[in-house]
Amino acid sequence: MDTLRVVITGIGVVAPGGIGTKAFWELLTSGKTATRAISLFDATGFRSRVAAECDFDPAKEGLTPQEIRRMDRAAQFAVVCTRDALADSGLTPAELPAHRTGVSIGSAVGCTMGLEEEYVVLSDGGRKWLVDSTYGVPHLYGYMVPSTLAVEAAWACGAEGPVALISTGCTSGLDAVGHGAQLIHEGSADVVIAGATDAPISPITSACFDAIRATTPRNEDPEHASRPFDRDRKGFVLGEGSAVFVLEELGRAKARGAHIYAEITGFATRSNAFHMTGLKPDGREMAEAIRVAMDKARIRPEDIDYINAHGSGTKQNDRHETAAFKASLGHRAYEVPVSSIKSMVGHSLGAIGSIEIAASVLSIERGVVPPTANLDTPDPECDLDYVPHTAREHRVRTALTVGSGFGGFQTAMLLSSLDVRDAA
Amino acid sequence: MTAVITGVGVVAPTGIGVEEHWTAVVNGDTAIRPISRFDASGYPVRHAGEIREFDAAERVPSLLVPQTDHWTHLGFQAAEMALADAGVDPAELPEYEMAVVTAASSGGTEFGQKEIQKLWSKGSRAVGAYQSIAWFYAASTGQISIRHGMRGPCGVIANEQAGGLDVLAQARRMLRNGAKVVVSGGTDASLCPYGLTAQLSSGLLSRDPDPARAFRPFTPGAAGYLPGEGGGKLIIEDAAHAAARGVRAPYGEVAGYAATFDPPPRSGRPPTLRRAIDGALADAAITAAEVDVVFADAMGEAGADLREAAAISAVFGPYGVPVAAPKVLTGRLYAGGAPLDVITALMCMRDGIVPAVPGGWELDPEQHIDLVQGEPRRMPVRTVLVLARGYGGFNAALVLRAP
Repeated sequence: MDTLRVVITGIGVVAPGGIGTKAFWELLTSGKTATRAISLFDATGFRSRVAAECDFDPAKEGLTPQEIRRMDRAAQFAVVCTRDALADSGLTPAELPAHRTGVSIGSAVGCTMGLEEEYVVLSDGGRKWLVDSTYGVPHLYGYMVPSTLAVEAAWACGAEGPVALISTGCTSGLDAVGHGAQLIHEGSADVVIAGATDAPISPITSACFDAIRATTPRNEDPEHASRPFDRDRKGFVLGEGSAVFVLEELGRAKARGAHIYAEITGFATRSNAFHMTGLKPDGREMAEAIRVAMDKARIRPEDIDYINAHGSGTKQNDRHETAAFKASLGHRAYEVPVSSIKSMVGHSLGAIGSIEIAASVLSIERGVVPPTANLDTPDPECDLDYVPHTAREHRVRTALTVGSGFGGFQTAMLLSSLDVRDAA
Repeated sequence: MTAVITGVGVVAPTGIGVEEHWTAVVNGDTAIRPISRFDASGYPVRHAGEIREFDAAERVPSLLVPQTDHWTHLGFQAAEMALADAGVDPAELPEYEMAVVTAASSGGTEFGQKEIQKLWSKGSRAVGAYQSIAWFYAASTGQISIRHGMRGPCGVIANEQAGGLDVLAQARRMLRNGAKVVVSGGTDASLCPYGLTAQLSSGLLSRDPDPARAFRPFTPGAAGYLPGEGGGKLIIEDAAHAAARGVRAPYGEVAGYAATFDPPPRSGRPPTLRRAIDGALADAAITAAEVDVVFADAMGEAGADLREAAAISAVFGPYGVPVAAPKVLTGRLYAGGAPLDVITALMCMRDGIVPAVPGGWELDPEQHIDLVQGEPRRMPVRTVLVLARGYGGFNAALVLRAP
């Protein structure tokens, strides 16, 4: 297995604080945050009224009026990222081998925004259980099935190989890229457009996180609301966005002289089989996922230079994860910088895993690790080096990025500069 | 590594339990009936394949009933039956060697409609705590993992109807990567007012009011399909692992698979189902001549039927292979459809009976396929090709081989 090596040759990002890799990286390294009072809907009366929103104008990003009408916001993000990633890779859709090109897009909640907006109309503001089908837009079924997000990405790049929508909640963004890499490893595709998208800042998604007190009630101070690993953290801040990558088989990428950002060297998932939303403090299954990913990559704890944490800023997650790093990496956990970009761009559910891959890849490329913003008072139970406030110059040859999600899913991915495997 | 199917569980309009379902299929007993889960009298589609006599209170642990949607209730039941059928006791197996990968299509639609209605009629604080875990597409996989203590890889593929085959291939990948037992397959249930309305917007549902005429794939007047609910779960296992724990006769092997994606409408490029079939045969290292039966996607929409019939006759020759379409008895089950077809195909191999669509259909003379009609066909069946397509252009093909 895994004889074919998979590399990232193109990146497209739509994130809070900026569209495009440049704006995204500038935000992360500035240590500024993109969290603010919710403007996408009237959040009066909601427990949590802060979010990390994208300033996204689909027309300005090149979508046509028909595309804008047809696509839910999550699909718009994914299509813009797909086009940007392709452009960044130096490939045009015409140059892609259609039959050998796959797509793997992750999303936790699909086209929930479109579904809710249409529901409001069809139920006449929530009055009718027997909704009025005569008011349905033709794209409504496309909103109901999240597969639409993969369909739109496939259409945007002309892929005719294996296409998948991966929906494992908040690990979707890692799992979709892991699946994409698998398609290349096993020889089912030569190129895969892989990434994730979510646009969950809507009343129903906010209300359901309110109901379980997962999101922060720190509304008076939105810029400082997302506080991973801080003693005063009170929950995550909902975010939105997308990141999409061009994955290629190494030999192919080299042959065409592509710029290679990084190699996907390890990937594993495990489940805690404990609780849909609860986490045990020992981080046992996440630690196992990290161990299996290292084992497959033949990478030792000492080889890991940076950990891009899940770091959601809930009480239980940050403890759980800290324990997982210690259990899997031993003393190395105390030596390696760990940071959570959710402190700046919020938690965009399924999308964030891919956005965090983008941050990890850029940290390898640029030799800088992004900070954890708002980490003013460390939680005594979270005692690793979380890179508080300020980005740090630091050589990264291998980065570990992890995700943890509802359902008990735990995912670990390793990204390395090419020389790591070359030397092995 | 050979991936074999060692257990099946069916929760379908045609029956709860594989034998009840198979008997109904062989007898041609349709499960298409007037929708009873809600008052559908005001909708242009009033018939569907509903599951009768499924009382969640009797079949799902009481704590889990209010936490999960009907779709997951059906999934719990199907997974439990499949595990029992395989003789797998999860408590006895290594926790990280058990995996779960299910297909999802529309998530917890009915649950979601109830909660969104509360939100918009009573305000955000009326939304219940379980909306966050009941509605999303990963709910069934997560709940099954938790219920059975399965801590290996977990996955969800949401490729509409095609996802039901994609997850079986994903289960095979998981076995290749070290898992030993995988719970796979899928169920679906979106027979609530908003679910039906969303389906109506695709334009693919048949509005023919006569339930006997409404869903007739491969006929000249094909008017679309009728929806249904339910599906099936399968236990996919490493053959060596199954043999070591004493499984004498698995149902069959997941021998080949391929997936393709159609170009966008009006692109002028050819559709890709044929390439998926060729890929699956190549993956199974067999020729078309070795396939005994094809289970068709059979959407019942004129263009889709024409494309599928053309792909089948291109690979197998005109009228070159018997074609079965048992979904006319249940309606289209989305994420549950292909897993149910796979289970039906395993029964077809076991008993040497190819199920028939009702007799008396006038087939489209331009579609050169041997659709089994009227009476089931008795013949030895060793290899079956199952096809599934997902809304928007997904194609999947899976080869099953007798053990």
